[in-house]
Amino acid sequence: MSIAIFKYAAPMNFYGLAGRLIPWFAWSSGILTAIGLYLAFFVAPTDFQQGEAYRVIFLHVPAAWMSMFIYMVMAFWSAVGLAWNTRLSFMMSRALAPTGAVFAFLSLWTGALWGKPMWGAWWVWDARLTSSLILFFLYVGIMSLWSAIDDPRRGDKAGALLTLIGAINVPIIYFSVKWWNTLHQGSTINMTKAPSMAAIMLAGMLVMVFAAWFYAIAASLVRVRGIILERERQTEWVAEILEGKA
Amino acid sequence: MMWASWGEFWAMGGYGLYVWGSYGAAFIVILIEIISLGRGHKQTLKRLKRMKAWESQ
Repeated sequence: MSIAIFKYAAPMNFYGLAGRLIPWFAWSSGILTAIGLYLAFFVAPTDFQQGEAYRVIFLHVPAAWMSMFIYMVMAFWSAVGLAWNTRLSFMMSRALAPTGAVFAFLSLWTGALWGKPMWGAWWVWDARLTSSLILFFLYVGIMSLWSAIDDPRRGDKAGALLTLIGAINVPIIYFSVKWWNTLHQGSTINMTKAPSMAAIMLAGMLVMVFAAWFYAIAASLVRVRGIILERERQTEWVAEILEGKA
Repeated sequence: MMWASWGEFWAMGGYGLYVWGSYGAAFIVILIEIISLGRGHKQTLKRLKRMKAWESQ
């Protein structure tokens, strides 16, 4: 097991592995999205309080969870990269950020479109919403920092540092509905209590969560392959790929 | 079937703007990301090939 991990920590081996994994994750995500949307629109019943407006949940919750989860994965790779100076970890962090930003944006957008009919406001400056907006700005900030620093190794370190500092925001988002009085409803899924929603609604939402998960993996693997080629362009194996031998 | 007609489906009980505004935006944003991922990889390969040809001169 540990031998396999070290083997794939080498960008050359990981490039091939990622290439083989991408179709599996992409297809799984596509199939799960189709099932999830079917459950969301044709099986899940109308909500007794919110009517049809609640159907935004099947997008909003997966997007919000992914925006936080991807950030934590980036923080993990940043920490690994800073501690052991492993090249691939920084590349993974760079590959994840744009997809994280997409989900952070979608969580804000779908939240606004859900908030308007339910609360009467597109936006309020409460703890949950404000910390989610900060998360989106963190993604944008980290990506701007990378693109502003030409030397990739220096960019890696600066970006990793910013990612780690910003990681304090994620638990703030997560616990914001408990710590502060907020318009935002409490967590849908709880570790200690039974879920506060009908089983079929929960099933649809979880299917969409896995679809988003596999999509994020596929997208970041595509991106990391590009980054690997770019960084390893002086090596023999990349030369072979460019010549069309491999 | 939960919906009596397609008209009812698109109306979403009067919340059509909010529901379809959410799903429409998600569809567009993710489509843009997928297209840019596909193009990005091809462009990287092209650029690296050009750089290599230039360096080997």
